[in-house]
This record gives sequence, C-alpha cells and structure tokens, in this order.
Amino acid sequence: MSADVTLEDVKQDAGIEEEEEQIDLAPVHRIIDSLKETKGMLIPVLQDVQTVYGYVPEEAANVVADRMRLYRSQVYGVLTFYTQFHLTPRGRHIIRACSGTACHVRGGKTVISKLEHMLGIGHGETTEDMFASFEKVACLGACGLAPVIMIDNDAHGTLDSVKTERIMDNLREMDTMKRAE
Amino acid sequence: MSELKILTRNVSRPNPAHIDSYLVNEGYVALPRALNEMTPEEVIDEVKIARLRGRGGAGFPAGMKWDFASRDRRKPKYIICNADEGEPGTFKDRVLIENDPHAILEGMALAGYAAGAEKGFIYIRGEYPQGARILERAIAEATSRSFLGDNILNSGFNFSVTVHRGAGAYVCGEETALIESLEGKRGQSRIRPPFPVNVGYSNLPTVVNNVETLASVPPIILRGGAWYASIGTPECPGTKLYSVSGHVARPGVYELPMGVTLRELIFDNAGGMREGRTFKAAFPGGASSACLDESQLDVKLDFNSLAVAGSMLGSGAVIVLDDTADMVKATHVLIKFFEHESCGKCTPCREGLFWVRRILDQILEGSASEQDLDLLLEICEGIRSTSFCGLGEASVSCVESTIKKFRGEYLAYLRNSGSGEAETEAAS
Repeated sequence: MSADVTLEDVKQDAGIEEEEEQIDLAPVHRIIDSLKETKGMLIPVLQDVQTVYGYVPEEAANVVADRMRLYRSQVYGVLTFYTQFHLTPRGRHIIRACSGTACHVRGGKTVISKLEHMLGIGHGETTEDMFASFEKVACLGACGLAPVIMIDNDAHGTLDSVKTERIMDNLREMDTMKRAE
Repeated sequence: MSELKILTRNVSRPNPAHIDSYLVNEGYVALPRALNEMTPEEVIDEVKIARLRGRGGAGFPAGMKWDFASRDRRKPKYIICNADEGEPGTFKDRVLIENDPHAILEGMALAGYAAGAEKGFIYIRGEYPQGARILERAIAEATSRSFLGDNILNSGFNFSVTVHRGAGAYVCGEETALIESLEGKRGQSRIRPPFPVNVGYSNLPTVVNNVETLASVPPIILRGGAWYASIGTPECPGTKLYSVSGHVARPGVYELPMGVTLRELIFDNAGGMREGRTFKAAFPGGASSACLDESQLDVKLDFNSLAVAGSMLGSGAVIVLDDTADMVKATHVLIKFFEHESCGKCTPCREGLFWVRRILDQILEGSASEQDLDLLLEICEGIRSTSFCGLGEASVSCVESTIKKFRGEYLAYLRNSGSGEAETEAAS
C-alpha cells in the first residue's frame, strides 16, 4: 500500500460505507435520571448502559461522564480496567470458556479448541454474523463441574468435545428459530 | 472425619433460598435475640469467644475487626460482604449465596449492630448474575418482614443492604481494591495501614468480611461462642467450606471441622482420586497457595498448620492433581492468570509476572537453560517481597513450590527440548 492511500480509500475499495448511524442516547439519560445519588455509581451505570446496547458506545460513555461530572478519562479508565466492559458491539450470545486450573487439568483445552473451531474465531472476537462472541476467562467459580463454559447467563459443565458440539448446535438452532420469529 | 453441617445446614432443603425455608430452621432467631437481649459489645465478645477467623484467606479474627470499627468514633460506618469469589478453584461462597442468602444477610445485620453500622454492601463478582438476583430477592423478602430496613423488629436499629455487581477483576477480592471499585473507580489496592476498619468506604470505618465468615455468625450467636470454639482446632475453630476440584472422583464443596487432613478430605469425602490414578500434588488454598506433595497428605487444612507446612489455607480451595498432571504446564496456566489479573499499579507484579510467564514459555518451548530456573526464582523472590498487595505477593507461590518439589519435571523440559512429562489434557 502506498503512502498516499488513505483509510477512506481502503474502506471504499472494501465496500465499507461510513456508518453514520445515530445512537439513541435517551436510555443513558434515563439510567442516570433514575439515580438518587450519583456518587460511587459509575460501575452500576456503565453495567446498565451495556445491558441496553450490548456494549458501551463512546457517545454513551461521554454522556455518562458529563452527567456524572467525571472526566472522560476516568470513565475510560474504568471501562478498560474491568474485563466485562466492551467498547465494540458484541454477538447475540456470549460464550465464556473457563481457562482456570481446575478446568485445564480436566480437559478444558479440548473444549476451548472445539469452540474456537466451531465458531471460527478466537478469544475476544465476534463471529461475522454477530451470532456469538467468544472469550476465554479466568475461573468461573464452578470448578466442581470442570471443564465449564458459560453461554450468556447459564453454566454448562463436565464438558467434552461431543457435549460441547451438541450444546453449540442447540444454541445455533435456537438462535435461528428466534431470528425467524 | 465426616461432614458437619453448620453453614450448609439449609443447602439440601427444598427451595432453600426462600425466607420461609430459612425461618423454619431457626432463621432470624439470632438477630432478634441480639437486638433485644445483647449489647453490641456482648455480640462482639461472643464472636471473640468463638475465635471466628476470617474465611476470605487472611484468617484475621472477626471479633477484633468488629471491635476496631466499633471503637472508631466517626460515622457512618459500613459493613461490606466480600462475595467477589475469584480465587481460581473456589466455589464455596456460590453455594451459600444461592442456597442460603438469608444466613448471609442475618450475619451482616448482626455485624452492623455490633460495629455500629447502618449500611451494608454485598460486592458480588460479575460472573455470578444468578447469585446477585437471589441476593436481591432475599433482601426484599427480609425487608418486607422487618429483618432489614428501618427500625428492625421495633428495636430502633436500622440496617439496609445493597448488592453491587463486580465487573470482572480478580484483584477486587482484595479488600482495599474492592472498596475502590465500590466507589466507582479502577480496582487498585490502597496502601495499608490505615486499614479499612478505620479508613474504608468513603474513608469511613468499614468492616469487610467474607461471605462464609458472615454466614458463620448467626449460629455463633444462637449457640454461643464456646460451642463454636469447641469445633475444629483450638487456634482455628469452627467448620470450613472446602472447595475440592481437579482430579478427584467427586469434586464439590465439603463442610468439615477445621483441621481435617488433606488425606481425609480427598479420600474420605471427595471419593478419592479418579479410577486407577494416584495423588501427585494439591494446591490447598487456590491458585495463590504453594503446592503440597504426597509426603504432606497428612497436613491439617487450617490456617496455622498450612502456614507451618509452607503453604496457606486461603479460601480453602483445594485443587488436586493426579499422576497425569504436568506441573510445569499447570504452573504456566496459573501464572498466565496472575499476569492477566495484575492491576498494573506496582512494577514488581506487573512487569515481574510478565517475565515469569516469558521464562515459563521458553521452558515449555525447550529454549531455556537450567540457569533460567535460578533467574525464575530470583524474579519470584522480587515479586513476593516488593509487591504492593497480596495478589502480587502470593502470585508466585505456585512457581516457587513446584520448582522446589517437582524440579525434575522442569529439568525434563530443559533436557528434552519440550517433550517433558505426560500431556495433561490427553489423560482427562
């Protein structure tokens, strides 16, 4: 690529159009309006914002900072410190695979490879069709069921390659059905 | 030694988390008794007589903590229930949260009465969304029956509880980092002293207790400190929830008197090792504890005995490994965890763990030499002795202890360019 090719050119070549999609920020204001006191509430507010959008859009984070009288850097600092906050859109389903010690010694690696293979993505990535995001996480606190994964809010334990495949097939099927509705 | 169900007395009951199930089994009997018949000092004394020690890992006497907070004249004061159960291998608090949330709430109200606090927080890790919902429902139930809220049971004592969900950071299990997080900041530890009992949440006196510690309080008030002190060992009384995971036949949470041996826990309770396999090592206090080998199977699993054995009880997370385990790989997994979870505040932990992981990478790749083992130990010593908080200090226990006890496995990697011991995964 020569130096005079701009990012815009690349995007145009790739058929990527600049998305000027306006994000509706009303929910952010509603979340902050509902607080009796804002002191110490930054993390719960950001969690609620993430529940609304599936991630924390920059515009929303800026509103949070302005309304709560915090520096944007403070809000950004918190967003990047905690692993559960995400600054980019995520898949419809969040798949977390435990890479803790108890899961590791019980074959967690096999489960992780299976998931990566089936989804075609690695840690921290989202499938192109926005079906799912995949994360390897530290201990999920269900070591008695090792190896464990969490799909959205549900834990699935004592997994092996076959069981993982079945669970993922079911999830895909349910997702397709739900989208067809 | 067999199970003794004090903390888990309600776990196998139908619908255990519901307030009516709790009430049937002497639930919310201790709280009115304390409010009507005991002064706050008497509640503290009872917990001191029980010699209840903090179950989060440090083992600090709970009664003393409450006493320090109660003597501080500044108000308001706070009670924080540390439910940020993040130590790899620990899943005991989850059992209490999901099955007996009212025991935790009653313990918090008693702590609040004793220390002179009217506000409590439960800081629960973000990975336990269901637990957070159960606790919130339990708080609503308890408030509607006047076990929480203003003027509890017409005693004039007010105590309310709020649930805060963590957002994914292991270091927030450390009490000062937890307080920072509760205040809406990055979870980075504070310098101690001053301790939270004097300078905690909003710089005010704050008692931080583990879930299991607080759930132990109602039975102590009900049956008396002397009764509790008669269970377990003299220095570490009471029962302990042990989370047993890894290569045992029946992983799970077992409640046993403190001082049970590792052998009794594994072979009498957790079903022994997997079929056809033999014991090799165990991390008795989660990822941050030094490992024990076969010669230490008869070590008692309490704060003092494990300290003497060169390890620690921590949160009682016993990760058991059998003869298929590759100690170098297991250590690598543990160090990757700590490297990721280092909060970045202090250099020894942030940079040191990066280098420890790099050298372990090289050992596994077969591109390290025996001198690197010495270098590894030197870096570990630096991290242990100069890190800002307990996370850094304890993070290298796994490296130090596995090199000490399983040096041969490291040497095998160094000699054979990476074709060391049996594959861990293949055997599972």
